[in-house]
Amino acid sequence: MLRVLFFARVKEELGCPGVDVPWDNAVADLDSLQARLCRDGGPRWQEVLNRTNMIRAVNQCVVAENTGLNDGDEVAFFPPVTGG
Amino acid sequence: MLSVSVQFEDFDTSVLQRQLLAGACEEGAIATFTGYVRAANTGREVRGMELEHYPGMTESSIKGILERAGERWPLLAASVVHRVGRLRPGDQIVWVGVSSAHRGTSFSACEFIMDYLKNEAPFWKKEEGPQGTNWVEARADDRDRASRWDEDTQP
Repeated sequence: MLRVLFFARVKEELGCPGVDVPWDNAVADLDSLQARLCRDGGPRWQEVLNRTNMIRAVNQCVVAENTGLNDGDEVAFFPPVTGG
Repeated sequence: MLSVSVQFEDFDTSVLQRQLLAGACEEGAIATFTGYVRAANTGREVRGMELEHYPGMTESSIKGILERAGERWPLLAASVVHRVGRLRPGDQIVWVGVSSAHRGTSFSACEFIMDYLKNEAPFWKKEEGPQGTNWVEARADDRDRASRWDEDTQP
């Protein structure tokens, strides 16, 4: 299973803090997982998750490019950070 | 000694500053930074804000920034306290403290830590004003401030 988390504006716009996605080879990389979420979630999810400024993290590390995923990974989608 | 705390509670800067001292009188210079909630941001009145974060990643991200500062300068201690939850104008949000033998190191490391924290640590501010609520947008000049350290290799 992949644990997918959403934060801040992304969480609010999707109306959901996260989803668990059953593990299979069709979600074995980040881009494929994102495509699956967009397909299952519909046009709203597609619009929100495909924003150009979306930040993606795998196991709590930000990744700039597509990357392989393993069963049990934690994936997060969030907007640019604004702390401090 | 590196320490990170993400907390709802307010903090006492004088207590935090004393905690940077190890007791062997090696510290010649402590530099600290305290960030506060302003009553206005980009021309909008701010009545309060909600600070959200990514538990786990927030702490590890800040720890990573402190470690990078420690590789770059000979620090004796570095500490970050960041609040989350509901805050009001005038409230303290963030504190960074650095101790080292000399002031140049402490000043630089303190600024480095704050610049990277603003760009990398997963916090998000949602402001509340007379017109309702809005998520704060990331600022290009914050990215520029952090990228200065990439070019500048002098400690």
